[in-house]
Amino acid sequence: MAQEDVKLLGTLGSPFVCRVQIALKLKGVEYEFVAQDLQNKSEELLKYNPVHKKVPVLVHNEKPINESLVIVEYIDEAWKGKSILPTDPYQRALARFWAKFIDDKVFLAVWKSVFTIDENERETNIKEVHEAFQFLEDELKGKFFGGEEFGFVDIAAVNIAFWVPMLQEIAGLQLLTNENFPKLYKWSQEFLSKPTIKECLPPRDPIFGIFKGRYESLLASAK
Amino acid sequence: MADEVTLLDFWPSPFGMRVRIALAEKGIKYEYKDEDLRNKSPLLLKMNPVHKKIPVLVHNGKPICESLIAVQYIDEVWSDRSPLLPSDPYQRAQARFWADFVDKKIYDAGRKVWTTKGEEQEAGKKEFLDALKLLEEQLGDKPYFGGDNIGYVDVSLVPFYSWFKAYETFGNINIEKECPKFIAWAKRCLQKESVSKSLPDQNKVFDFIVEMRKKFGLE
Repeated sequence: MAQEDVKLLGTLGSPFVCRVQIALKLKGVEYEFVAQDLQNKSEELLKYNPVHKKVPVLVHNEKPINESLVIVEYIDEAWKGKSILPTDPYQRALARFWAKFIDDKVFLAVWKSVFTIDENERETNIKEVHEAFQFLEDELKGKFFGGEEFGFVDIAAVNIAFWVPMLQEIAGLQLLTNENFPKLYKWSQEFLSKPTIKECLPPRDPIFGIFKGRYESLLASAK
Repeated sequence: MADEVTLLDFWPSPFGMRVRIALAEKGIKYEYKDEDLRNKSPLLLKMNPVHKKIPVLVHNGKPICESLIAVQYIDEVWSDRSPLLPSDPYQRAQARFWADFVDKKIYDAGRKVWTTKGEEQEAGKKEFLDALKLLEEQLGDKPYFGGDNIGYVDVSLVPFYSWFKAYETFGNINIEKECPKFIAWAKRCLQKESVSKSLPDQNKVFDFIVEMRKKFGLE
């Protein structure tokens, strides 16, 4: 097989980038991580993602693929090895549904419940997060969303396992706890303990520091 | 084995139209159920408890929600005819990317065009036309986004054409003048029965939007 040239344009603190790293790791794909400065976007980023100008961007033999879930499906199809999505069409539809649910219902609500100075906005968003988490709690039937092994939905949910605990600690919130969502909480512990996942997570302290700084600036600006 | 296929839908919904087109392309017989969205049926609430939205495709009693997910499902189950997604992984990723772009840009910007006024509307109009122009560029010289035949991106996008009279009237824009290639592509799609039978007439959609605007207090 010809030498594969695989690059991932990303940032260290992004859960979207992390999804792609997990998928690449699962397939045993070697790649070059090209760290991006989103305040000062590189020519390479603008060339490979002119439409959204965002990370992650996977560049495979100089051809770019954008949008994290599109990239993960591409990785699943382009490389052999462990399947990320199920093979049955109905199970695939369900996996895509829950991954999209996480994209649409979790990210923004979590962000807005933390990074706001308007207490009404905070309360509204906490409620939305809890509603979303309840759906996920009810959906978890096995050890992982993918069953006995983690799959597409678990990978899509990495922000819930790793980022939410950090953010809720910083803001003093109870978004996900063993008390309010025991199955989802247990899932997060199981997921984070998998070697493949551990190897793809960014270092906690620097990321925590960045978010904490951001939160404190926001509070200071309100006074 | 007889397949039982039902589509829970709402006639002016561009998202519902996507699924209609996909089913027609594959020649699948199905039962169409129009929902009253102010009075959602027990079946809809049972089949889509999470979002309570249409369209919902029900195949042998099992629901598939979210229009693009339903279109991919149809393509994968009835894979022996009229493929909607390409077979090459990179081309598939491109198709998924552009369908996602349509989801992110066209509906929301279009909505601003017919529901807002002043600066917000101007911003919506610009976003909407910029998105159409980007899609025109992406189409290039191909007859369809899918190449020689309609594909996933065509299916995701052409339903919005049925809303163009509404966008043009309330936004005071001439889409054909701004994006002639886009209109030519849409008309080309409409020559296909799977599309023409799935899209309502622009005038009917327009009348529906007029009623909606009254309800929102916009008239």
